[in-house]
Amino acid sequence: MEKRKIRDGFATFLIHSISLISLVILALIVYDIFSKGYIAFKEVGFTNFIFGRKYYPTMDPPSFGIFNFIVSSIFVTLGSILVGLPLGVGSAIFLSEYANLKTKEILKPFIEILSSIPSVIFGFIGIVFIGPFIRRFFNIPTGLNLFTASFILGIVIIPIISSLTEDALSTVPSTLKEASYALGGTKFDTITRVVIPYTKGALISALLLGIGRSIGETMIVLMVAGGAMNFPNSIFSPVRPLTSTIAAEMGETAVGTTHFYVLYGIALVLLFLTLILTLISNRFIKNLKRE
Amino acid sequence: MKKIFTLILICLISFLSVFPKNNEITVSGSTTVFPIVQKASEVFMDKNPSINITVRGGGSGVGISNLIEGKVDIANSSRKIKEKEIYQAKENGINIYETVIANDALSIVVHPSNPVSEINLKTLKDIYTGKIRNWKELGGKDMSIVVVSRDVSSGTFEVFNEKVLENTKYREDALLLASNNAVLSTVKDTPGAIGYLGIGFVNESVKALKIEGVYPSKESVNNKTYKIARSLYLYTNGKPKGNIGKFIEFILSDEGQKIVEETGYIPLR
Repeated sequence: MEKRKIRDGFATFLIHSISLISLVILALIVYDIFSKGYIAFKEVGFTNFIFGRKYYPTMDPPSFGIFNFIVSSIFVTLGSILVGLPLGVGSAIFLSEYANLKTKEILKPFIEILSSIPSVIFGFIGIVFIGPFIRRFFNIPTGLNLFTASFILGIVIIPIISSLTEDALSTVPSTLKEASYALGGTKFDTITRVVIPYTKGALISALLLGIGRSIGETMIVLMVAGGAMNFPNSIFSPVRPLTSTIAAEMGETAVGTTHFYVLYGIALVLLFLTLILTLISNRFIKNLKRE
Repeated sequence: MKKIFTLILICLISFLSVFPKNNEITVSGSTTVFPIVQKASEVFMDKNPSINITVRGGGSGVGISNLIEGKVDIANSSRKIKEKEIYQAKENGINIYETVIANDALSIVVHPSNPVSEINLKTLKDIYTGKIRNWKELGGKDMSIVVVSRDVSSGTFEVFNEKVLENTKYREDALLLASNNAVLSTVKDTPGAIGYLGIGFVNESVKALKIEGVYPSKESVNNKTYKIARSLYLYTNGKPKGNIGKFIEFILSDEGQKIVEETGYIPLR
């Protein structure tokens, strides 16, 4: 009896400490980013840093304004949602409402495979095929731009949005759908007026997860967004989101310089953006649960 | 019991491997110098099986800061060490010693269909700073110039900045790409593009321009007529001795310099 208790106590302790590990790691990351990112705000000044339009970190004198990067990150993310949301939701609706079992069995694995392709491969395809294609198709000077990055990121988030939406669609009670058919509703009516409103909450959380994936994606934007630090004046402007700035410069920056801390400052801004997103999505999910 | 024993053994082994051995050389730094040192270390280890060399990339800044922190024996760098870094090293009790192992030239490249074949430093600067925005102004086609550059923290950009831009701000809409290969494939696919590459990365898919009338080559770099060239450095703590000294001597030897040439850079002789 005693032995069993000790064993059980030990197991509980072990599992608790394992669950604590992720918390500790998260705390350490946040602490590290805060303590170093804070120095950037102090050395550059809040307004100069967040609202500055010029970013010349290695020039003499340097300037460290990241406003254009913040805007680029937001634009690229929005663009990816414009591409990924209709395609993701559309494919989920097709799979769960229109496709017969056989089609579904063939199509679903493909969408799952899409989600397992490493992002560097998307970046590579973007730089070698999609970028040059978009340049020729629209007859613009360069194919590495906001549009290309958004387009590829949109494809990357299709599986996330699609699988979450599909899960949600499968929870719609068949009685509701049948009631709609009984009232003379067509299939399309049923989907737009019954199924989608019923799954609204899940759709929004799918959307927010997609946004989270897009805004944090680094490799693809580093390779295909062009990396120019200008303000995105058109959808075909080359841009530089926050993530690619960190990735491109961290390796070559001397530790302890203002530039080094500025990269941490950028990480802090990114962390803040994703934190806001998480809070909003939690809020939505809670509200919907209450309904 | 057996399990516990194995566990202890694993712990012991992993502990042992933490302690550095005498014939271990660690190198980190510039991704430009990396291929030379990597290849040289392979050949060197073949000849001296008792010596083990680990080469990592990370960038010139990373290599130098690793050396300053005493984490590596050799730092690769594609730029000269800065005063500030030498000072930091001194504070850490590290005495920076410089060895030039090769030369590198930046080739200015354009799309093969571009009729322009020659450029001077002044015009190049005007293109990158945005004063010249159309190939028409250089006697080329009526086509806007797409300025392609490397990331501002890369050693390659640093050289370009020093030799061409002279610390003038480049165009805001210049594409800043993360690697030599990204620049190559972008210039190859963009008719209006101009970019710069380490000479080892240039192939027939792009067209290298003459600078001030001179093509980049071994001769023109070593006799200093080609203007956009730089040296590649190894930094060590004090004059290299023992195995480290032997390794650096090997890179400077005829055989080592042949490796430099094979990897696409310019040997010292």
